[in-house]
Amino acid sequence: MRTTDHFTPAFASLREFRRTLALSLAVLLAALPSLAQQTGSVSVQTMSTPQGTYAIRNARIVTVSGPDIERGTVVIRAGRIEAVGANVNVPAGAQEIDGAGLTVYPGMMDAGTNMGLVEVSAVGATVDTSELGELNPNAQALVAVNPHTAHVDVTRVAGVTNVVTLPSGGSISGQAAILNLNGTTPREMAVVPTAALVVTVPRAPGGGFFAQAQATPNPEQAAARERQTEQLRKMLRDAEAYGRAQDAYQRDPRNVPRPDTDVVLASLVPYVRGERPVIFLADRERDIRASIRFAEEMRLKPIILGGDDAWKVTSLLKERNVPVILTGTFDLPLREDDPYDVHYSNPVALQQAGVRFCISTGDSGAHVRDLPFQAGMAAAFGLPRAEAIKAITLYPAQIMGVADRVGSVEVGKLANLVVMDGDLLEARSNVRYVFIEGRMIPLVSRHTQLYEQFKDRR
Amino acid sequence: MRKFFRLTTTLALVCGLLAGASSTVAAQTRARTNEAQGGETLIRNATILTVSRGTLQNADLLVRGGKIVGVGPNLRARTDARVIDATGKYVMPGIIDAHSHSMSDAVNECTLSVTSMARIQDVLNPTDVDLYRELAGGVTSLNILHGSCNAIGGQNSVVKIKYGRPISEFLFPGAPPGIKFALGENPKRSNFNAPGIPRRYPATRMGVEEVIRDAFTRARDYKRTWDDYRAATSRGERNLMPPRRDLQLEPLVEILEGKRLVHAHCYRADEIVMLINLADEFGFKVKTFQHVLEGYKVAKEIARHGAGASTFADFWGYKVEAYDAIPHNAAIMTRHGVNVSINSDSDERARRLNIDAAKMMRYGGLSEEEALKLITMNPAWQLGIDHRVGSIDVGKDADFAIWTGHPLSVYSRVEMTFIDGEVFFDRQQDIANRTRLEQERRLLEQAEVNRPPAQGGTPPRPPAAKRTAYSHDDDVWDGEDNQR
Repeated sequence: MRTTDHFTPAFASLREFRRTLALSLAVLLAALPSLAQQTGSVSVQTMSTPQGTYAIRNARIVTVSGPDIERGTVVIRAGRIEAVGANVNVPAGAQEIDGAGLTVYPGMMDAGTNMGLVEVSAVGATVDTSELGELNPNAQALVAVNPHTAHVDVTRVAGVTNVVTLPSGGSISGQAAILNLNGTTPREMAVVPTAALVVTVPRAPGGGFFAQAQATPNPEQAAARERQTEQLRKMLRDAEAYGRAQDAYQRDPRNVPRPDTDVVLASLVPYVRGERPVIFLADRERDIRASIRFAEEMRLKPIILGGDDAWKVTSLLKERNVPVILTGTFDLPLREDDPYDVHYSNPVALQQAGVRFCISTGDSGAHVRDLPFQAGMAAAFGLPRAEAIKAITLYPAQIMGVADRVGSVEVGKLANLVVMDGDLLEARSNVRYVFIEGRMIPLVSRHTQLYEQFKDRR
Repeated sequence: MRKFFRLTTTLALVCGLLAGASSTVAAQTRARTNEAQGGETLIRNATILTVSRGTLQNADLLVRGGKIVGVGPNLRARTDARVIDATGKYVMPGIIDAHSHSMSDAVNECTLSVTSMARIQDVLNPTDVDLYRELAGGVTSLNILHGSCNAIGGQNSVVKIKYGRPISEFLFPGAPPGIKFALGENPKRSNFNAPGIPRRYPATRMGVEEVIRDAFTRARDYKRTWDDYRAATSRGERNLMPPRRDLQLEPLVEILEGKRLVHAHCYRADEIVMLINLADEFGFKVKTFQHVLEGYKVAKEIARHGAGASTFADFWGYKVEAYDAIPHNAAIMTRHGVNVSINSDSDERARRLNIDAAKMMRYGGLSEEEALKLITMNPAWQLGIDHRVGSIDVGKDADFAIWTGHPLSVYSRVEMTFIDGEVFFDRQQDIANRTRLEQERRLLEQAEVNRPPAQGGTPPRPPAAKRTAYSHDDDVWDGEDNQR
């Protein structure tokens, strides 16, 4: 969702506003630790069962990677999917689940969140998304992920089993992590601890909302933007050189002087070498084009995050094989004369053009559970239903390079599954079982606990 | 000077472009006013969700003079009637959003703690394009509320989304007047303590209560003064000096007299009960609690007071007082006998209230009909317009939408939206217009003044996304804002 222009008079930029805000909100710091006690609510993650052997029988299975199985069995063992099919033997000792009338789907994945980095967005003390300064490649989202946030439980009981959690702010925000939504420590949650670098190619001084509102920056702004971009280039080039120096030293430690370790540059090496992807935040057409240009110039492996205008750039995205994580399906159109459904039909535009894409909420955590409904909206506006399901399961896994582990119901993959009593994307249907890494997840969250506590108060 | 000329010409062109975009709708609707003046429209063979009387299969809907004149099988229309075949499609009443800030050029008159004299009606902008987007989500009526900056805020306006028409046609005929109250973090300005922003009383929930108590104490005295004066004049006393009118207290007197509806923004259970106690003490009713995210904790108190509750489906966690919000809120309050509606408080969410209503079947197990009521009959009751809108019944205004499938399914979308029997959104027409608008835009972009200057100078600015208007109230604290 995009912010509206509330703050024009008082602040030079939204970023400045947020900074001021963060300071002023520090006052509220003291109030927060007691929140959980006040409500008597606890994190329920520790309650999830150990990895067991399960057989979900007589269920419809939407494998996503292959054809649907109208009536079949999924066997889960040691955290993995051991067998899938119409005629599968149930291993002795397996806990059987009657899947009659139910459908097994792969767990959903949202590739654009700040899960675990934000508890209450208005309270700065609970927000760990943005480091100070412009260039923070060694800021790792995983380090700050709070496994015990209420958002994890609330999200996974809706069937979202995996998220990418991203840092934000600056030109290089840091490194994103891919998480299973289960675990007591960040490491236990991590599927890939450092999965992608998060970059915003500088737009205009300050960036953000007010830069977008101004179509043509004045020469000073343009120069400042160029300076910032140059800093970004320089850091990436330094990282390349640093990598070469380290390699040279490794090859010949006797004759090559030992380069000093630089944690910042070291963290960039896999990205400048194209071994890991770089996520570029870009919504507007010119920002998407600028990001692709920049990635090419620096020989990075780009993914576009945001992509509101991606429908305008399909031929370039297709030609350069750049995937897009669409976070704006529910967003209002950017321009007054855009079609009313421009963002609803953005996914189908990309799909028809053969652009790799997935659908994400782009949410900080609380509303990641809207993921299936965003995909549903895309389907209402033309995206084939099977594609809509892929857009929140297999496609994000492929784009993030973890399709060997998650994203479909296939033998050998992590047993991350959601079992529904109806269509995955319908708000009217219910989640009946959730498995993450073969653990049966209790369908309990802060919300269900408060519901139970108060529903019968007379 | 030349540059100035170029700029103004550009502006004119740009304005022309925008006018082009919106005139499409205006032209359409103007052309069909005959339907409002007695023309007939017959929607044939639809699945009709009456909301008041269940679902009718293979039914017709007959509209004349802007009213529903027939609902049922095999209806006959005049030969000149417009006939729409809705086979396989669904008809539902127009969605009513009981909490909106669309078309508002201002939301918060924030300088005082009591701004009951300020009126949203004075700042309505009928050209806000988000109105059209809301029509495309099947929404036909909005409750445009003042913001939550002060304990007693300004007067709201209930409108029909007659996009393309003058403001006078938006105002919902006969809708009772109302006012916004606000409790909790927003009126005490707890999230706005930035350096440079002056502080304003109240700063605590104690102060919020005191502000309301003080205002009603003054209003009660003011009312007595006028009652005494009127009694004296009716006794025939002469040469009396009438009391001085007080535009701040007059709306509060109307509340005491039951003539003005109170829509009270609130979050926490304690502040909800506080206002109920205060209202009981002064002898007035709260018509709706807005947001009321902890309403589920005090559902019986809300039911006993007789207030409605207008809440979010599942929006939560964006500030401390929204941290105990649960998506089962609507269901619990409904089960306790409270009239509940789901609102948007957002031009974005307003376009998908059908999905928000469907979520309420998942969270707390409301029936399909109960879910539909949350966005139709219930908000109509909360705004005092239920005799006109909120269900598909003979005699009611012909405010409805035709959907491609069941509106509680995510796979459905709106084909047409009608208000008073006239079409204000037509997807096929919208799609047909796109090519023409694209051509128009291209032509304008090629125009001499819009080309990048060969040297020096700067190309003209494209139009802003929309005229500066506020579309959110609490969304200042929307976590999604912090995303990008």
